[in-house]
Amino acid sequence: MTPASFAIVEILIWGLIATLAMGAILFASQNFGWSRLDLPFLLGTVFTGERHAANVLGFTLTILVGWFIAFFYYLFFAAFGEANWWLGAAAGFVHGLLVLTALLPLMPYIHPRVASEYDGPSLRRRLEPPGFLGLHYGYRTPVVTLIAQTVYGAVLGAGFELVF
Amino acid sequence: MSDASCRSEPQGNAQVPRDSAEPNTSPAFKWDYPPIGDYAVIGDCRTIALVSREGSVDWLCLPHFSAPSWFAALLDKDGGGRFAVRVRELRQAAHRYVADTNVLVTQMHGPGGTMQLTDSVSVISEDRALELAPEHELIRLVECTEGEVDVEVFFQPRPHYGLSVPKLRDRGKLGWQCVCNGDVAFLQTDIPLREIEPGVLYGTTRLRAGDKRQVVYGYCENDVSIIAPLGPAIEHRVEATQRWWKQWSAQCLYEGPYRAAVLRSALTLKLLTYSLSGAVIAAATTSLPEGDTGDRNWDYRYCWLRDTSLVLQSFIDLGFYAESESFLAWMLHATRLTQPRLQVMYDIYGETALTERELPHLSGYRNLGPVRIGNGAHDQLQLDIYGDSVQTAYDFVDRGGYLDRYERRLLRGFGRVVLNCWRLPDAGIWEIRGEPRHNTYSKLMCWTTLHRLLELDKRVGLKLDRDLYERELQSIREDIDRHAYDPARNTYVGYYGGTVPDASLLLMARYGFLEARDPRMVGTYRFIERELGVDGLLFRYPPGAGYDGVGGSENLFGICCFWLVDYLARLGDRDKAQRLFEQLLGYASDVGLYAEEFDLHTKAPLGNFPQAFTHVGLITAALSLEQAHEGRRGQEISK
Repeated sequence: MTPASFAIVEILIWGLIATLAMGAILFASQNFGWSRLDLPFLLGTVFTGERHAANVLGFTLTILVGWFIAFFYYLFFAAFGEANWWLGAAAGFVHGLLVLTALLPLMPYIHPRVASEYDGPSLRRRLEPPGFLGLHYGYRTPVVTLIAQTVYGAVLGAGFELVF
Repeated sequence: MSDASCRSEPQGNAQVPRDSAEPNTSPAFKWDYPPIGDYAVIGDCRTIALVSREGSVDWLCLPHFSAPSWFAALLDKDGGGRFAVRVRELRQAAHRYVADTNVLVTQMHGPGGTMQLTDSVSVISEDRALELAPEHELIRLVECTEGEVDVEVFFQPRPHYGLSVPKLRDRGKLGWQCVCNGDVAFLQTDIPLREIEPGVLYGTTRLRAGDKRQVVYGYCENDVSIIAPLGPAIEHRVEATQRWWKQWSAQCLYEGPYRAAVLRSALTLKLLTYSLSGAVIAAATTSLPEGDTGDRNWDYRYCWLRDTSLVLQSFIDLGFYAESESFLAWMLHATRLTQPRLQVMYDIYGETALTERELPHLSGYRNLGPVRIGNGAHDQLQLDIYGDSVQTAYDFVDRGGYLDRYERRLLRGFGRVVLNCWRLPDAGIWEIRGEPRHNTYSKLMCWTTLHRLLELDKRVGLKLDRDLYERELQSIREDIDRHAYDPARNTYVGYYGGTVPDASLLLMARYGFLEARDPRMVGTYRFIERELGVDGLLFRYPPGAGYDGVGGSENLFGICCFWLVDYLARLGDRDKAQRLFEQLLGYASDVGLYAEEFDLHTKAPLGNFPQAFTHVGLITAALSLEQAHEGRRGQEISK
């Protein structure tokens, strides 16, 4: 196996593990009533308004996006010249902050089915917007999201340590 | 688990100053407890709302029947929470269901005009299951039909049985958001609302003839909320819900003279069926008093196997076969924790821990507390439930249903339990909380279990030890005749060694233990009618604390009155049966609903409401009457 193929396999394996770990935390927090943030559902509803299809598609997309982002983490560690769990955790934490402060508040403008407080719901836009820091999905959403993203980064950092 | 958005502190009445100069000022709110019979019910086969004739949703548990309430003014008019849409200075109100549906229409007359309020909980049908729609959605359509009316909305959600005061947030065009722990609700309306005290929204508007408004309450548990836009889409959803109920009602095979009452009962039973599991709850409420004290306040929002079996037998008789299949599936899977022994009751998912406790912060309906949740009878031994469950399977097969290997094994297991336990004393059908005793009805149902299993064995091959079953069947019969029959008075008595009647013994003819015209059965009927009858209606057993050991007074028991109709039809006394049946129809609420009991004096509904047991009685009595009119009697009438 060439070093490039080895790296790709590592990214796929650790990207999957990190995504599943992050997903498990978000899923558990939903079921414990800590946050209503449902990433697979939000991702799936970008492409379909059918709830069942959105959940299945969203799960698949979450894995694909998890792999995609793992590739950038890989580049990040490569730029640093090393990888370890705490460096990954720090990167994940920053990543989480970006999601909370930039991505979630922008949802009504970039997601075709998220409603906005200014325009109200419509036949197409029916999903509750997450708001700043995702607080509309529960006041623990920022904490849960940061923990999930930090774990995602830490898993990748720990995994890629074997490569670097 | 606490939540910053949800304060745990019961609140009293919302008081708005009377002397405010604003033209649309809300009045000080003075609420009262309507009679139980003033309520109608709407639901989506997952949860159920009690709506008073004055337009107030006074009971709603979310996300399912047995979950904590969001609105419980029924059990505490000030602190329980309510959701009212009504005419100010209401003069008169009347409600009815849209024919063959559970969509409720209330006409309210004010000083200057009339308002029509259409209430429904959206049903998610197969073709709509894929849509992005709120998990639960209570839609209230307001229309001024005559003159001018001032309409007011009072929204006071109080999750966790009134313990929490949720934070309400004005989310602009998305409506008002109401969050409590992981759950969220949105209230959307085109009537302007303002928060008049923490956790209470109020708004009023003047409508002229033809004006329409919408008030929509959407709920979501632990998920991203779906917020439906107001406008034509909401009206379409109400139409879709109506269509769904009409399609369901169209399956009803009963075409007799009492079709309206029978179908209303079937629709009510369907509302009490939890669509996600097939379980049927005994009643929609908890702790509605059965008398003038709170001693007999119980939580009926669980699935009693006995009640569910009887409901399913009614569904099968009426042609609703899908429900019977769902129930059998539920019984197989939800009762796995205890099989082949059955617990008296389970929650809608088959959970067995239903510990009873009181909610001291709720004053109770008309201050007749305590309010109880859970049910202490869950761990009683009640042997009759095996008979009811096996009878349901028997009816299912009788109408062409198929039992797979696992189901047949389960039925064999029931048989083994009955063979081992029928000699034991138990708490009986009435869940007597004192010392267990040898209840005659329990023995009758043990006999029914073995009898029906032998019949099923002939049809589907249960691989029973037929000799053993037939021997034990005979033993039970001899045991009942020896210990429960009083030859001096020519009657069976309620329990071994006792001297008093029990109305459940009217079913001895229905289950085929005795012919309806057998002198011992006729003697038992006369004894029951003489000792338990009042104005043609029946107590279930002698009233007073002596029989059941519970304080407070006992009232007339709905299903027992319908059992009497059933027996009279089998006896061939059609006129008396018909008169009594029509008398009972007169005691229904104005929308055709029954509670567990009738008040001894006024015959008004008493106890948890609406009660599946009583509606089952109505259906079986109507079907027996119909067969009696066809000239059949005794065992020629089915069962």
